Amino acid sequence: MEKIEDILQKRILVLDGAMGTMLQRYKFEEEDFRGERFKDWEYPLKGNNDLLSLTQPQAIADIHRKYFEAGADIVETNTFSGTTIAMADYHMEDLVYELNFESARIAKEVANEFTAKEPHKPRFVAGSIGPTNKTASMSPDVNDPGFRAISFDELREAYKQQVEALLDGGSDLLLVETIFDTLNAKAALFAIEEVKDERNIDVPIMVSGTITDASGRTLSGQTAEAFLISVSHIPILSVGFNCALGAKQLVPHLEVISAKSDFATSAHPNAGLPNAFGEYDETPEQMASQIKEYLEKGLVNIVGGCCGTTPEHIKAIVELTKQYSPRKLKPTHETHV
Amino acid sequence: MAQTRALKLSGLEPLVVTPESNFINVGERTNVAGSKRFLRLIKEEKFDEALEIARHQVEGGAQIIDVNMDDGLIDGKAAMVKFLNLIVSEPDIARVPIMIDSSKWEIIEAGLQVVQGKCVVNSISLKEGEEEFVHHAKLIKRYGAAVIVMAFDEVGQADTYERRIEIAKRSYDILVNQVKFAPEDIIFDLNIFPVATGMEEHRRNALDFIEGTKWVRENLPYCSVSGGVSNVSFSFRGNNPVREAMHSAFLFHAIKAGMNMGIVNPAMLEVYDDIPKDLLEHVEDVLLDRRDDATERLLEFAETVVGTAKESKVDLSWREDPLQDRITRALVKGIDQYIVEDVEEARQNAKRPLEVIEGNLMTGMNVVGDLFGSGKMFLPQVVKSARVMKRAVAYLTPYIEASKDANAKAAGKILMATVKGDVHDIGKNIVSVVLACNNYEIVDMGVMVPPEKIINKAKEEQVDIIGLSGLITPSLDEMVFLAKEMERQDFEVPLLIGGATTSKAHTAVKIDPVYSNAVVHVNDASRAVTVVGDLLQTETSDAYKKSIKLDYESFRDKFLGRSKQKTYLSLEEARKNKLQIDWDLKDIVVPKQLGIEVWEDFDLKKLKEFIDWSPFFRSWGLHGKYPDILTDKVVGEQATELFKDAQVMLKKVFDEKWLTAKAIFGLFPANQVNDDDIELQTGSLDGSSAEGNDTTMFRTLRQQLKKRDGVPNIALADFIAPKDSGLQDYMGCFCVSTGFGTQELAADFEKKHDDYNSIMIKAIADRLAEAFAEYLHREVRTKFWGYAAAESLSNDELIEEKYLGIRPAPGYPACPDHLEKLTIWELLGVKEKIGVELTESLAMWPAASVSGYYFAHPKAKYFGLGKIEQDQVEDFAKRKNIELEKAQKWLAPNIVEG
Repeated sequence: MEKIEDILQKRILVLDGAMGTMLQRYKFEEEDFRGERFKDWEYPLKGNNDLLSLTQPQAIADIHRKYFEAGADIVETNTFSGTTIAMADYHMEDLVYELNFESARIAKEVANEFTAKEPHKPRFVAGSIGPTNKTASMSPDVNDPGFRAISFDELREAYKQQVEALLDGGSDLLLVETIFDTLNAKAALFAIEEVKDERNIDVPIMVSGTITDASGRTLSGQTAEAFLISVSHIPILSVGFNCALGAKQLVPHLEVISAKSDFATSAHPNAGLPNAFGEYDETPEQMASQIKEYLEKGLVNIVGGCCGTTPEHIKAIVELTKQYSPRKLKPTHETHV
Repeated sequence: MAQTRALKLSGLEPLVVTPESNFINVGERTNVAGSKRFLRLIKEEKFDEALEIARHQVEGGAQIIDVNMDDGLIDGKAAMVKFLNLIVSEPDIARVPIMIDSSKWEIIEAGLQVVQGKCVVNSISLKEGEEEFVHHAKLIKRYGAAVIVMAFDEVGQADTYERRIEIAKRSYDILVNQVKFAPEDIIFDLNIFPVATGMEEHRRNALDFIEGTKWVRENLPYCSVSGGVSNVSFSFRGNNPVREAMHSAFLFHAIKAGMNMGIVNPAMLEVYDDIPKDLLEHVEDVLLDRRDDATERLLEFAETVVGTAKESKVDLSWREDPLQDRITRALVKGIDQYIVEDVEEARQNAKRPLEVIEGNLMTGMNVVGDLFGSGKMFLPQVVKSARVMKRAVAYLTPYIEASKDANAKAAGKILMATVKGDVHDIGKNIVSVVLACNNYEIVDMGVMVPPEKIINKAKEEQVDIIGLSGLITPSLDEMVFLAKEMERQDFEVPLLIGGATTSKAHTAVKIDPVYSNAVVHVNDASRAVTVVGDLLQTETSDAYKKSIKLDYESFRDKFLGRSKQKTYLSLEEARKNKLQIDWDLKDIVVPKQLGIEVWEDFDLKKLKEFIDWSPFFRSWGLHGKYPDILTDKVVGEQATELFKDAQVMLKKVFDEKWLTAKAIFGLFPANQVNDDDIELQTGSLDGSSAEGNDTTMFRTLRQQLKKRDGVPNIALADFIAPKDSGLQDYMGCFCVSTGFGTQELAADFEKKHDDYNSIMIKAIADRLAEAFAEYLHREVRTKFWGYAAAESLSNDELIEEKYLGIRPAPGYPACPDHLEKLTIWELLGVKEKIGVELTESLAMWPAASVSGYYFAHPKAKYFGLGKIEQDQVEDFAKRKNIELEKAQKWLAPNIVEG
């Protein structure tokens, strides 16, 4: 299979859209989340989307399939909350390895189907590594700003376990995403480096931060450039932004990283800003028309969708990217010593 | 696009060190070895005060702060983690990168684990051998930090030129070739040692450092050179003028040689060019080892150098400044304490009293305007500036009148009014103040101003611009009407539109087409100044007006093009797709107390904990969520000050009973009838004012936008059990007000030229009204109705609407129709019993009031009606038995464009 670094020199790659939005369409209830295996689990499981890789694997495979059919080059595994830290809510810490392994396996199986059918367009699986539900550089207690609910080492260990399972399950890349606290991401990158070292392998890493609002900063307060500087210490495949904002609002921040980074750049924005009811209602056409600005300005190498986006959105984006060449990158041989 | 290899560091903000960068100044006061005070504070665990030291350094210009906790008497690792965690929570400190300084690796690593930005580790060296050096360097790389490498190896510290370059070269090669450390992330500390110690072997200490620096920068690509400067003058402790001169002269030469970073106390620096020539010569003789007797000569000369260190200035020193500086400062800082005294001085110096306004005061206000325009001042500050300005002008007015020089020429005259039927004026007042600050004359007509009065006043005063404000939806129509009237009467002045309910879309689609001259939507006080400037300056005016017209035209075309894409259901289809609730007796709770209850003179203090402060800041143009906004990097300081002022006033409101709070609410048996209506059984209940009528009808509106499969088209009536279900259901309605007294207080403040407090009392009354509605809703849920008797929610959870059941308000998204307020008023007897009135546009008066319905069903939720079709308008008119035209008028903002 052609290496993703080489493909990135030639064209813009498209990442998939939202998993959650698609899962909502299934209207899964508590019993669907539980399946046969967890029917007697002591705690409520509805909302544990990652668990569906075990209890509704067909649905997960179908969603990956729809995104590949729409033309996506890369799909993300259904593992956004696949750490012992995030799974503690459901008392499922012991299932973390299996959740990540299975999610990666399912995605890889579907990817292989498509690569076999269209060898000229190889499909990739990015192991999705979410931010967890705790922050390492902010206190959850306003009255005790020096307090931290989680330590770097706790995060590093949890991420390491997730990374190992994602790789064992067949992930081609790792995607550290929706980074609202850069310190969490640094722990994830630290864990990835440890695994690479121990296994003596190389694996492409995508890093994607989240600018939370009009302030133009991450939740932990960094500007786009400060964020970029904080995650540029190891060789990564790409850096970019996802979630929280719509395509349009991301433009100024993408301009910053595009201008200031030698890595490939990525963006997977939401389908607009949430409306008054918290729903994302930008149509595929509306979203594509805004992403057009990225392409005209040559800001990105990888583009996809986050909250509220569907295969229709991805299809519109795929059509659009065909008409543009990617942001210029340094030739790959230069980045390897 | 290839990036140059520059040292890049980050806190919350980036620090990129390029060859063009100036010297990077590292703050060292947060170092227990460098500051006795800091050491004491850390020992005593006074971390708050220790943080202030860090803050001072950043405010004083430190671009990196060095943190060191190496002291035998403190737990260095714990202190490092605690202090860094606290720094990270202070955006105005954490914006700069941190230098983690320790001789113990475990402290360095603990520090690296708590900082998100790219730090500098200070330091590692070959002192303990290559293996440890490599191990630490690998970890530092993995943590993502830059590193200071000390010129130190297994043999010892480099103290000659040769040793410095030997160790630097060896360290560099290991880091770059073996560890693959980025060369730009390496900073060498080549050891700055004291000179003029009297020892022969120290003579070349400064010179060897400078020459070593030059060699390193020329031979080891991309790396930086740093050092602690104060060491060099160690022999002259106690003689600050000499030390300051030595630091400056040393830096002058070291920077030329390539030293690009260092620890320098800015208070201990003299400007190189300001060093007396004879002192400089003696100092440089020593530093550059130019004479054998250089040390003796300097020691001798130092005795003659008298002087003391620069003293830190006391707070009131600005009072010594020239008059104009004092006036400008008073305006910029909003200090009104001395303004009368200063203005009097200016008046005595001036030929005519008017000159003081046109000269001194406007000079100051121009500074305010520039700072505000460039985002360096915020609204609350500007309003305070205006307060100072107004006091000054009030003092001068009698003199101006006496000198018959009253025709002061303003930059333009602007009429401001809140339109008929609307009572909200906080935003309008802020815009007025800001414009007045910029030398525009404001004709403020207040609230509820009928269109004919606006028209007449505009003619009479020959104003240059008319500004209209409104908060409730019927005001939109009033604005359209006024624009049409201006067109009919051949007005040419530009029209400004602002207020919470207005939008660029409404202005472009509804107002702009009916008035041939300029119409501009301005929803932000800071934009108002620019817009008015562009409209009135003769050079820009025509082009600007034309561009605005074109902009609105294209916006309108796009908007209309877009809105056609949505599809709507007929009312009949929408009703078929209504929210189907599985009606069950267990979901319906019989209210503990049916009928109407009135509270007069409610104790406001009970509302304190229910206040949602975030909208309060928004009304002042400060955006962010409370309490985070208080520490926000950009607006935190202003937000904190504003909040403090609000607390002071709130205390007076509570203690001196400035405002009166009243409430009325009623709970009634109710059922859904004919899909969209709710029938209330009211006749048999005590206190009902609906005489002779046994029932009251609420008419609700249904969503018509086509939904995805399985998503219902909701109306509020869906939350009440239909009559044919056979179940008796219930609903309620209410009105609360905390506005009694606001008007009088605001007028008092305005009389004293204190717009700041006039706006403040209104903003506080608004918050109290919302808090009262929240409080009452809780009482209803837990006691009077009692369907959620066991609930226990924090204020944050209340703000997030986590409670069961809803309290939608007429005029808001679920029920945008204001007409139903009339039904509530009639049913409860709101006006008669608590005195809250409805204006012709159905705004509540006093303005700080909230009214609405209560729904208790667990499936009841907030939603937005969205647009509706003509068929529902007709049906609604028929159901309410009103003219179709009246229904059209009131529902206009929600009707799909034809």
